[in-house]
Amino acid sequence: MTKRLFAALAALLLAGSLGSAAFAADKLKVGFIYLGPIGDLGWTYQHELARQALVKEFGDKIETTYLENVPEGPDAERAIEQLVRAGNKLIFTTSFGYMDPTLKVAKKYPNVHFEHATGYKRDKNMSTYSARWYQGRYIQGQIAAKMSKAGVLGYIGSFPIPEVISGINATMLGAQSINPDIKVKIIWVNTWFDPGKEADAAKALLDQGADIVMQHTDSPAAMQVAEERGKLAFGQDSEMIKFGPKAQLTSILDTWAPYYISRVKAELDGSWKEENTWGGLDSKMFEMAPYTNMPDDVKKLAEETQAAITAGKLHPFKCPVLGQDGKEIECKGGDHLDDAQILGMNFYVKGVDDKMPGK
Amino acid sequence: MELVEAIILSVLAASTPLLIAATGELVTERCGVLNLGVEGMMIVGAACGFGGAWASGSIVVGALCGVLAGTALSLIFALMTLVLAVNQVATGLALTILGTGLSGLIGAGFVGQRITTAPHLHIPLLTNIPLLGRIVFGEDAFVYLSLALIIGVWWFLYRTRSGLILRACGDNHVSAHALGYPVLRIRLLAVMFGGACAGLAGAYLPLAYTPFFIPGMTAGRGWIALALVVFSSWRPGRLVVGAYLFGAVSILQLHAQGAGIGIPSQFMSALPYLATVIVLVLLSRTRRGGSTAPATLGTVFVPDR
Repeated sequence: MTKRLFAALAALLLAGSLGSAAFAADKLKVGFIYLGPIGDLGWTYQHELARQALVKEFGDKIETTYLENVPEGPDAERAIEQLVRAGNKLIFTTSFGYMDPTLKVAKKYPNVHFEHATGYKRDKNMSTYSARWYQGRYIQGQIAAKMSKAGVLGYIGSFPIPEVISGINATMLGAQSINPDIKVKIIWVNTWFDPGKEADAAKALLDQGADIVMQHTDSPAAMQVAEERGKLAFGQDSEMIKFGPKAQLTSILDTWAPYYISRVKAELDGSWKEENTWGGLDSKMFEMAPYTNMPDDVKKLAEETQAAITAGKLHPFKCPVLGQDGKEIECKGGDHLDDAQILGMNFYVKGVDDKMPGK
Repeated sequence: MELVEAIILSVLAASTPLLIAATGELVTERCGVLNLGVEGMMIVGAACGFGGAWASGSIVVGALCGVLAGTALSLIFALMTLVLAVNQVATGLALTILGTGLSGLIGAGFVGQRITTAPHLHIPLLTNIPLLGRIVFGEDAFVYLSLALIIGVWWFLYRTRSGLILRACGDNHVSAHALGYPVLRIRLLAVMFGGACAGLAGAYLPLAYTPFFIPGMTAGRGWIALALVVFSSWRPGRLVVGAYLFGAVSILQLHAQGAGIGIPSQFMSALPYLATVIVLVLLSRTRRGGSTAPATLGTVFVPDR
């Protein structure tokens, strides 16, 4: 009697697991690894918005899962592997520090496809994607130079890595195209995310005579300080107008949705292959928030610059680019710096009156 | 001169949450309990403080919510370490991890919302005195409260009988127990005070510093508060000096960078911690090897009857 009961139970379980396996096979499972909480209002939040756009676009055809607050390092590898074991066939790892863990897991599971944000290591089943944010910074530099009465910009930096350095340089080149004597004060806070410290840095910059706050850190704290002091600022990653309705000039918005949708589409029809995507304004890898709190002529200038960059007529790092010492930087990309030079940028352009940390 | 005033104002604002949280932890540790969960209690205080202020529109309600949240969390700690006699270090660390997760859960509903910050005092004439006016008469209520709190704690610890008993529990819980003092009950109150202060310090961040809530916004300030208590060698007077020193270094390094003074920012960020280590070394030397910590700090007490 007991034996028969067990057999029946086993059969039931088997049927159940087969059923669920068949059910799972119908849907493409897409997994995401997030660095911060989805409510960070910045970097992770923008990836989450794109995931939601995927769900809206594909509905029943896909099933998405995300793991948030995954630290960069050995834990990331376990988290990615967990997504693989749960049956995810396409996995997005959304921060630079996940590069090596992603590669390791990718080698282990050749049948699963991986997408790594902002990195440079790839494999047969691992693509990378990033955005040319420096294009947006160039536009911001022009706006800042037009709007600054003091001629001094305040810049909050996170870490002196190429992405941030190229952002500062693009900003300055944009600003110098309007006002050759523009000055920039840079404060490194050595963190991506510490609202208190970011606010303190913004206050220090304003107290020292800057009248425009620009940031390469993730919280809206600096924007809110500018609003409180009646000064102007640029947002970062996401729309921050709520924290600075009278302060925000524009913001670089990470819009991952079009890319994510195209990749999932490729996965669904079987055309996915390893790629290196570094998209700019033309491919809508990022967008500019509406130009606000500025007169019409400045807005027009910004829109014209944006159109020129989008059309490929204007390159922010157009040669000749002069280094801090006034010497010309080698021009490897024809009439502008090539991608490798921008991706590995470790020098300031002329006019940045600051010493790079660690140099 | 205006720059000096601006710097001092920023320093006071940056130091206040450290001072409040450290004051609470000082009392807890003086009673012999080491609660490493300050960061966790602060972040939950920040979430609940913001939630309270956002829902009610009142900064005072927000501050009270922060205090209650911090206290509630400290009660969990008290249950574990005082009643069940679990290891204090492990429980404190667990409390921080719990608090970090819990705050995200509580705060999920109002991420992206904003409130108006706590108003600053304004007394006509007095506040307008150049340089000193805004520093002495133009702060928000938390700054004055933090100073009142530390003066009150000093007076309580050194000038009242209850304070003496509290310190006795921290220095020798067996003797205090033998003399008939309810050691565990006194420790419970000390832990609750520490929780309330941590909650208030956390609430200060979204209520007066940056008027929004984001998970993880305390960004390690609870740990600095813990370091401060050691830095002060468990004395209220030195705690005030330490808190303002920590605040001053963190603000001045930003200004030094903005002014183009070429000291590596990474070194400046590390400076407060370096100062803590140096002070510890100096203290232990002058005391001839004797630690200034409460003698039973971190040890579990189980009454024999």
